[in-house]
Order: sequence, then structure tokens, then C-alpha cells
Amino acid sequence: MAAGAPTAGRVAMTMRIRVNPIACEAHGVCAEVLPEWIELDEWGYPILDGEELPAQLLAHARRAAKACPTLAIVLSGE
Amino acid sequence: MTAVASDTWPRRLLAAVGSDDDDLYAVHLDTWGALPDVSGPAIVEAVEGSGLLGRGGAGFPAGRKMRTVAAGANRRPVVVANGAEGEPASGKDALLLGRAPHLVLDGIQLATRAIGADEAHLAVHLGSPVVGVVRAALARRGTADAVRVRVHEIPSRYVASEESALVHFLNGGEAKPTFTPPRPFEQGVGRRPTLVNNVETLAHVGAIARRGAAWFREVGDADEPGTLLVSVSAQEVTRRVAEVPTGTTIGAVADRAGVIRAGIGAVLVGGYFGSWLPAAYAWQLPLTHRAMRSAGAALGAGVIAILPPSSCGVAETARVLGYLATHNAGQCGPCLNGLPAIADAFRRLASGAWDERWWPALERWLAVVPGRGACRHPDGAVRLASTALSVFAEDIASHRSGRPCHASSAPAWLPAPRPPGGWR
Repeated sequence: MAAGAPTAGRVAMTMRIRVNPIACEAHGVCAEVLPEWIELDEWGYPILDGEELPAQLLAHARRAAKACPTLAIVLSGE
Repeated sequence: MTAVASDTWPRRLLAAVGSDDDDLYAVHLDTWGALPDVSGPAIVEAVEGSGLLGRGGAGFPAGRKMRTVAAGANRRPVVVANGAEGEPASGKDALLLGRAPHLVLDGIQLATRAIGADEAHLAVHLGSPVVGVVRAALARRGTADAVRVRVHEIPSRYVASEESALVHFLNGGEAKPTFTPPRPFEQGVGRRPTLVNNVETLAHVGAIARRGAAWFREVGDADEPGTLLVSVSAQEVTRRVAEVPTGTTIGAVADRAGVIRAGIGAVLVGGYFGSWLPAAYAWQLPLTHRAMRSAGAALGAGVIAILPPSSCGVAETARVLGYLATHNAGQCGPCLNGLPAIADAFRRLASGAWDERWWPALERWLAVVPGRGACRHPDGAVRLASTALSVFAEDIASHRSGRPCHASSAPAWLPAPRPPGGWR
């Protein structure tokens, strides 16, 4: 598994962001860090549509994943 | 569409059904004979060639699943037979385990042989009458079986028999779904590749290993062959189990069950994750995954619930949504919050406590809740609710405008048992 490995020099891959709904406790940090991509429902849980993440949001997405208090944000494709 | 005259419906799974006083093993051996001496690869080949699709709901090709688990095994795989029938309106697995358990137990042995497993588990509901039957059946077989089957009692909750929940339970946890991947076929019981099959699927394996793939294909739909156990409920019948060729229309099944079609407006197909369909449309619909998908429905575990003319579809949906809300695992926010909200809106619609400002909220919840749980529980509940809104559109307009419902005093019809206390 190469999660967290440096990506410099690698061919761009399809990146997706999803939430582990069991771990998520609706802290909402992800939507603060990545408002361009994540909105919250009326109960505070993130809504993610599973679309491919644009390359320019990748750094923000990594930060959102790291900032989640329950580590519920999962980046896939790395 | 396959038209099958009802008098030609063969009995396969239900060919050797014993009563309480019978020696079920003797009844079984009389019809099926001893466990056949077929090699593991030959079993996989026969099941693949038969075209058997899993009978637990998803309809995945059973042979391909066996091959996947067998191939992925750098560790010894495990077989799990799922007989913890979560659908309150389904009775097929209980009938099979209660009256013909040995065909299922044969299927378990053949599945272990097919994938090279040395461990097998059979899950049934805690305190169910079939617990004693399967334990007695296993004792009756004595040491004839190559792999010992351990019986597990699962809490009778709707989501507890979901594949990942079952595996979690067998690993010592609560019977709640887990976040996947890995899927059980990759890493399941004891972190070993695990073949989870519904007990009806395994019973078919027991038959196919003896009679062959070509025999299996002699009846039913060409692409989804064989027979299928369905559970029919209507005004006249409750959970009547019938073995029907795949491709049989819902109308033919209703006729065979003695249901009078006149005056019936809607049919719930597939179970509580299923779809309401207008009756006139449902009668023509063949029982195949393909046809159900094209109708925006799902075959599920073969539940056919024919709404009695005296019952209100809105009220029945409200009760089932209330059931699904109380049976959620309490793990995922969108389901934990969304299902009670949707169920409450339906309860208000049904009971006359409606306020129009609920409508946009209901529409929003139905749009935002599905696809956001660890399992398909929220998706199923939303499908039920959404199809109710379209099929009962006229009734819903009446309920919204406060006109009294024709069935407001009708007794509750679909079963909605309360969840037991625990998850172990």
C-alpha cells in the first residue's frame, strides 16, 4: 500500500475521497478544510458523491483526511 | 417471458419435505440418496454450468463466487451458510431448514469440498424453532460429514444477517455491518477467504451435484435457470412458501397461492428493501433479476406481498419504515438520523398528523440518505419509501390534503417485529 507515499514523478492517478460512515462522528472538519468538495447534510455528516477528485484539490483532500478527528476520511487511488 | 403452466412446476428443494414426526434424514436419503462422490473442481464446474444465481438477494453467480474464493486462497477458506432470515415477510429459509435441512447440510459439505475449506458455519436466528431441527439433523448425520458444521444463533435483527455483519459476529463481534473492503470473500471469518451463501443456494448445490447442470437448466428462465423459493403474503395467506420456476410471473404465483386478484392495487416485491409496484404491472412481471431491474425493482429474497384491498399502502409503508428505522445498526449518521425522519414523515402522512411543510424535507431526505451507509440499509429503506410515493400517489394526495383514508381502521398487515435487546 502506497498511501501517504510521495507522488512526485508519478503518472497522475484517479483519486477519490470517501468517508467511513461508521467512524464518522459529524465533526465537520473535512467540510471546513475542503469546502469546494464536501458539503454537510442537516445532521452534520459529509456528503461525498464519489466523483474523481480534481488534481488541484488533492493537497486539500490530504489535509482534510489528516484533520478528521476520527480518521474517517479515506483517500483511494494513491 | 417464460410461460409455465402451474401444474408443471417441479418440486426440487421441496421434493423431500418431512413433517415433525418423520426421520428427516431417512426422508432425505429416500429421495436424494447419500452425498455424491464428486470432486471439488467438478462441483465448481457443475455449479458454474448450472447458471445458479445466489438466492439470498443479490443474485450473484454462485459458481463464480466459489471459484473466486477458492482461487484467492493462500489461506484455507471458510464456508458460512446464511439461514438467519432477516426479512419478516420471508419464510423460505425457515421452511427449508425446518423441513429439509439435510439438502442444505449436503450443500455445505459440497461447498467446503469445492473451495477446499476445512471449517463451516451455519447461522440461524437466536431462539428460532429451526435451531433444534438443525442441531438434531447434524447429530443424526453423525460422523458422515468430512467437515464439522458449527451452528450459530444470530440476533433476529434486520441487518444482522447482512454478509459483513454475519462475519463480524462469527469473529466475536456484534452482528453489525462493517466498513468494506475487504469483502468477506477476500478476508472474512478468521481473516480467511469466506464463502457466504444463503441456505437456499446451498440446497440447490446439493441438488446440482447429484443431478447435474443440464438437469438444473431444464426448468426456469434461460439466463437465470432453475427453481426459486418465494414467500407470498396476501389477505388470504401469510408467508406461504412456494417453489416456482424462475421466470414465472407474479400473477401466476398469486393465482397458485389462491389469491383473488380483483380489487388489488399494489404488490411489494423483494422484501422490505423492495419496491411497491402497481398490481396490474406486477402480475405480468416474470421472477428474474433481469426483469425486476428493468422494472426498477429487485427480486431480493423472493418476497411477494400483495396488499389486501382493505389495507392502506401508505400506512403499511409507514409501519415498515418504522421497523427499518428501529432495526438500523446505529452506526452511520445518515441512516441513524435519516431513517427515523423519513419514517416519522410517513407516520404523519398515514395518521393524519400531516403538515405541508414536511413535504420538502421528506423529498430532501429521500435524495440525500441513500448510498451513505456502510451497508445497503438506508438505500433499501429509501427505495421502499420512494416507490410508495409513486405507486400510492393518489392516496398520498388524499392524505396530504387531510381527506380520511379508506383504510384508516384496517388492522396492521405486514409484520414489523421489535428488535431484540442485544447484538450478540
